[in-house]
Amino acid sequence: MAKIATREAYGKALAALALENPKVVALDADLAASTKTIELKKVAPERHFDMGIAEANMMGVAAGMAANGYIPFASTFAVFASGRAYDQIRTSIAYANMNVKIGATHAGLTVGEDGATHQMLEDIALMRAIPGMTVIQPADGIETYATIKAVAEYKGPVYIRLGRAAVEDINTSPDYKFEIGKGVVVHEGTSPVTFVATGVMVAEALKAMEQLKEQGIDPTLINIHTIKPLDEELIIKYAEKSEYIVSLEEHTVMGGLGSAVAEVLAKNCPRKQLFIGVQDVFGESGTPGPLLDKYGLSANKIVEKVTEFVK
Amino acid sequence: MEDLKLVANNMRKNIVKMVHNAKAGHPGGSLSCTDILVALYFNVMNIDKNNLNDTRRDKLVMSKGHASPALYAVLAEKGFIPEEELMTFRLINSRLQGHPSRKNCPGVDMSTGSLGQGLSVGVGMSIANKLDNNEFRTYVICGDGECDEGQIWEAAMAAAHYKLDNLLLVVDHNGLQIDGRNEDVMNTAPLGEKFASFGWNVFGVDGHDIDAVTEACKAAEQIKDKPTVIIAETVKGKGVSFMENQAGWHGKAPNDEELAQALKDLGGE
Repeated sequence: MAKIATREAYGKALAALALENPKVVALDADLAASTKTIELKKVAPERHFDMGIAEANMMGVAAGMAANGYIPFASTFAVFASGRAYDQIRTSIAYANMNVKIGATHAGLTVGEDGATHQMLEDIALMRAIPGMTVIQPADGIETYATIKAVAEYKGPVYIRLGRAAVEDINTSPDYKFEIGKGVVVHEGTSPVTFVATGVMVAEALKAMEQLKEQGIDPTLINIHTIKPLDEELIIKYAEKSEYIVSLEEHTVMGGLGSAVAEVLAKNCPRKQLFIGVQDVFGESGTPGPLLDKYGLSANKIVEKVTEFVK
Repeated sequence: MEDLKLVANNMRKNIVKMVHNAKAGHPGGSLSCTDILVALYFNVMNIDKNNLNDTRRDKLVMSKGHASPALYAVLAEKGFIPEEELMTFRLINSRLQGHPSRKNCPGVDMSTGSLGQGLSVGVGMSIANKLDNNEFRTYVICGDGECDEGQIWEAAMAAAHYKLDNLLLVVDHNGLQIDGRNEDVMNTAPLGEKFASFGWNVFGVDGHDIDAVTEACKAAEQIKDKPTVIIAETVKGKGVSFMENQAGWHGKAPNDEELAQALKDLGGE
């Protein structure tokens, strides 16, 4: 199985897209080698614009290029994109309805050693609250590639949440199809438990499910790559068959995927829900594996919590 | 030119009427940039009813979005929106939002309102025009108080870095912001020298002289490889005796008596 960081796939997809579509441009804030927009620069240097360490300006410049018909992919780390430039995204991009794609890399705890200042855990909440914003978090390299192709064809602002660490390919089925706003059923289980996961937590959930199977628990797993607009129909459909819902995200449990799922179910099909995510704390330095474990997001911790939850 | 003075005068009357009718809005900074807008929309920019919906034309970003009454007034003078619609300003269901919204109002090239953001957008439009290898120009109007915002200087750096000689910024230098005089609230002086040190070509003009603003804009077209800023010396509340140079009229609506006086100052109904 191939293992690649979603940011790596992002760079490759951008470069391929730039060759196909002369309107695609990339903007970066002095992180091109990390966000991987450098891949576009290699094939179309005249369409790569470094804005220096000035994220607020970068978002405004992207809005201006979109106003004149370009499809800008503005990239920096998720914490700077959604945090530092929130007001620029809100006013100059979303309120103005500009066709800007925000490629936010290095999201979540798996940023690792850089620590809490660089581990963005609130961006899904922030971006999802902005009217008209589409929020997508691909689970692997294959899905990232499909995301970039799809968002280039979609007209409107999109926030794409990407990771630093390599993740295993999971969407390897020949039937795999990516559509904005449509969840993917990764595994159809036999137990009345449904896992709803996004990003790197899809792979982590799969690992946890192998262990749970030994205990006779066989949950369904839904991969929600598009957190907004959420595939409500799919979530309700599986919630109706389940007693227990488990949401899994590398993000605070406040306002992210778990909250989005709970909002839908509270209105349509209330279920007991276990919120796997970061529990209202900042992260810290470390390597991705131990960090996921310490903050309760590793496969082992998922198994422990789920076993307790469905008892 | 006499005609354009009449246009500006009519805009000023509309500005005070709009703010009076809405019982809210920003007359001071609208009256200070009125003549700048007249110069740009009537003498400088290639914008008319026929190319309004075309992205291939000159564009204007009103970065000081609270001066929306002045922007709407000039759009009405150009016939992009009906003059009678001005009286819906700031009212519910209006296309004329308190701060300009491009989705709502024809002729509004950018949604603004959160200060400091418009110059960045102008930089993006100018880079796009360079990529397209066209002759279209981008105009941005910002306030002097707005220059407190760090993003203005991020954008100023980027504009010079990318040698955007197709970008022109006009700073409406009326010397006042909400809390008082620029130098008391947050001193941005010397503004011209600051832009020059960032790599900009700097012109200074009387911002109420339509001919002078026009000439400076035309001269800017000849400047190559660097963006131009026009520091336009203006009077906040220009044309209305009791509003002139009064920070208190930044964001306040005139009452009935004050409206009558303002219209009298501007030469009647």
